[in-house]
Amino acid sequence: MIGFDLTLAWAAIIAFAVAAYVVMDGFDLGIGILFPGFRVGGERDMAMNSIAPVWDGNETWLVLGGGGLMAAFPLAYAIILPALYAPLTAMLLGLVFRGVAFEFRWRDPGHRAFWDAAFCGGSLVATLAQGITLGALLQGIEVGGRAYAGGWWDWLTPFSLLTGVSLAIGYALLGAGWLIWKTEGALQADARRFARPLCLALLVAIAAVSAYTPFLEGKYHERWFGYPGLFVTIPVPLLVAVGALLLWRSIGGRRDGMPFLLTLGLFGLSMLGLAISIYPDVVPGRVTIWEAAAPERSQLFMLVGAVVLVPIILGYTSWAYWVFRGKVDEAGYH
Amino acid sequence: MLDAFDPVVLARIQFAFTVSFHFIFPSFSIGLASYLMVLEALWLKTGNAIYANLYRYWLKIFAIAFAMGVVSGIVMSYQFGTNWSVFSDKAGAVIGPLMAYEVLTAFFLEAGFLGVMLFGINKVGKGLHFAATCAVAIGTFISAFWILSANSWMQTPVGYEIAANGQFVPGPSWAAIIFNPSFPYRLVHTVIAAYLTTALVVGGVGAWHLLRDSANRGARTMFSMAMWMAALVAPIQILAGDMHGLNTLEHQPAKVMAMEGHYQSHPHGAPLILFGIPNSAEQRVDMAVELPKMSSLILKHDPDAPLAGLDTVPADEHPPVGIVFWSFRIMVGIGFAIFALGLLSLVARVRGRLYDWPLLHRLAILLGPAGFVAVIAGWVTTEVGRQPYVVYGLLRTVDAASPLAAPAVGASLLAFIIVYFAVFGVGVWYILKLMAKPPQRGESAEPAAGPIRSAGITPAPAVEGERP
Ligand code: HDD
Ligand code: HEM
Ligand code: HEM
Repeated sequence: MIGFDLTLAWAAIIAFAVAAYVVMDGFDLGIGILFPGFRVGGERDMAMNSIAPVWDGNETWLVLGGGGLMAAFPLAYAIILPALYAPLTAMLLGLVFRGVAFEFRWRDPGHRAFWDAAFCGGSLVATLAQGITLGALLQGIEVGGRAYAGGWWDWLTPFSLLTGVSLAIGYALLGAGWLIWKTEGALQADARRFARPLCLALLVAIAAVSAYTPFLEGKYHERWFGYPGLFVTIPVPLLVAVGALLLWRSIGGRRDGMPFLLTLGLFGLSMLGLAISIYPDVVPGRVTIWEAAAPERSQLFMLVGAVVLVPIILGYTSWAYWVFRGKVDEAGYH
Repeated sequence: MLDAFDPVVLARIQFAFTVSFHFIFPSFSIGLASYLMVLEALWLKTGNAIYANLYRYWLKIFAIAFAMGVVSGIVMSYQFGTNWSVFSDKAGAVIGPLMAYEVLTAFFLEAGFLGVMLFGINKVGKGLHFAATCAVAIGTFISAFWILSANSWMQTPVGYEIAANGQFVPGPSWAAIIFNPSFPYRLVHTVIAAYLTTALVVGGVGAWHLLRDSANRGARTMFSMAMWMAALVAPIQILAGDMHGLNTLEHQPAKVMAMEGHYQSHPHGAPLILFGIPNSAEQRVDMAVELPKMSSLILKHDPDAPLAGLDTVPADEHPPVGIVFWSFRIMVGIGFAIFALGLLSLVARVRGRLYDWPLLHRLAILLGPAGFVAVIAGWVTTEVGRQPYVVYGLLRTVDAASPLAAPAVGASLLAFIIVYFAVFGVGVWYILKLMAKPPQRGESAEPAAGPIRSAGITPAPAVEGERP
């Protein structure tokens, strides 16, 4: 098959799955992070209800990202996961707590405060772990032969902590945007109130991470400031600035969906920047997508399924979102 | 402190612990999803509110069990990489696509329609709501299909080639890999196991409430349905198990030797050891209670057929006999106990005593949790029996682990144990609390404080006028 690179297609599919995960689970994790800021009772119930029917589907993109990586790039999966053992374990445990909280908090009014705390704590830990994972990947992991060769605390650096906190800010802003869109009254007002400082914080975070990245060990400097990266280096920060300005203005505006959509736009730009930093590696600076690729037979077999099934999945996922369209109130969607 | 331990042993304990915990939930949610589908279908067909009531009664329980299944499952899918990275590198090209198909065909389907199933009745109308229930039920089955295919390939690997870099890579036919020799048996046996497990739980709950109020119509209906399931399906399961064993004898003889406790070869017909204490040091079963020649009869359909023992297998390829021997007996014992319960229920039906025979109800309550014990025992037999290999005959478990230090694995193991027992223990407690309430007329799908569903997820807007 001349002119068609299966490995590239799979890199794109996995990037898509990760991006879908970030935007979809991002807002419901973000609502978890903001949860203590909402008044006990109707406000918290409403926030929870706005995501209860969709969170499971959102999280499934994480399984596709992980599973797809194992299937299409087994070597990368085998190197990256042990390298990030501690943060990934923390992420999984965080997801356990927040996942069960959706059901448990209704079942046991006597301990609702506990499950609310578990929902928030679990969401925050999972988010920090995901951000740290990203940072740890970018800063480079040690490889020997076909395996991870570092220690189990190598991931912990100021940079990975920075990416962790940045992601938490970003998810929280997504969550606030979602609530502005999907709710009304006091909860919506709260969400608007949170969105402003988060918007500023996110700008600072994006700037800090962007400034830091080119000076990490590796080829990032050359990618960003050499040809042809420069073509993107110049417009991306500009676009981010414009987007942030629009976002700031939309928070007080009348179009309730705007803050969420503009935050998604900022995420999109950040992910584009990431792709420029990493491509064509899958373990940055160590292993390219072609070195880690599964054989053609595996990739082709899955590609057939993905090409047919991902559009169908997107179809019924959109339908499920559409069923629960409109504003939610304390008694659920109306 | 943790340095004293072998990281591979810790990783094995962690995998066994997390997967066993995970499987408790699917074995219930696979069966319960189908049961809900049947209940909703019956309601749509007959209009009888009793089915709508039962649907809502079990839906609350399903929601909790499913949530726990999801979060414990996500842990599993990452554990291959975190703890078994050499295995992932070597077998990922074969196993990975099967699991990717599981995500694409099953997990999205379940998750996508679960929201509508739980919260959508007032939004989409009866027909679509029923379709959502069906999608979730079918999704659980498809999920079992793929994951069991992956697991079965590790038990009976075929259709692969070995690449220059040591990876297993797929051969020309994916069908050969998917439908590997042990897969059909394992799929049938495991899915039936899930149905039986659910039937026992439903039957146990029904029996519990019948003991208190034998007129409760919801309890009567669920008990009767569960007992039909036990009576009809338990014999099929025993048959399926027998065929599964014959298949295992063909492909993994050492596992069957361990299950049977046959350290020694028997050239003239092997006895069936009912009970005894396997003694691996001396390579014999102490205090054995045996039926002469029965093992050869079961496994070879000829009482005098010779049967090889573990003395024909190199010592470093012996599975741990004691564990396999006992877990197998626990499973089979429970299988026959369910069979007996089914028979007894048929007797009760004939005598018209199904709803007021306390002995039967007590037995059903006793066996309520037995399905979980049997499925875990079955998996322990399967998985421990294939040791020391993770890909049978090709890749040893000790060679498959991640390059992790003992403290890392030990700390995560400890965290999993604490969190799982606490969180899932509480979840099981909530489920038990829901089960302790008898099914009511006008069953609400929600506790009073659960706003989103309070408007009624019920498929039955008008359930009044119906005796519970
Ligand atoms: C025979 C059936 C069966 C078996 C052997 C397993 N599972 Fe499972 N799994 C299911 C049947 C199932 C299910 C019925 O589809 C679940 C249970 C509850 C649920 O939500 O879906 C599920 C959930 C579930 C999820 C969450 C899906 C979601 O996000 O909705 C993941 C990632 C896994 N599993 C992964 C695994 C892995 C890696 C396993 C092997 C080690 C495994 N499962 C064994
Ligand atoms: C959900 C049902 C399952 C249960 C209860 C189960 C149980 C177990 C147990 C008890 C062990 C430990 C054996 C030992 O260390 O002596 C084990 C090992 C293992 N199982 Fe399974 N298993 C299940 C499904 C699967 C599936 C579907 C797969 C693969 C797709 C799988 C892959 C493995 C692997 C890789 C090991 C190796 C680690 C080890 O030997 O400890 N298991 N399993
Ligand atoms: C009494 C009759 C039964 C017989 C003869 C039987 C036989 C077997 C055999 C031989 C295996 C091992 C397969 C292998 O070699 O890998 C097995 C596994 C298993 N059994 Fe049973 N079994 C019986 C009853 C049950 C019951 C009642 C349940 C649950 C309700 C159950 C659940 C399982 C499960 C979950 C497994 C592991 C998955 C698999 O390999 O299929 N079994 N059984």
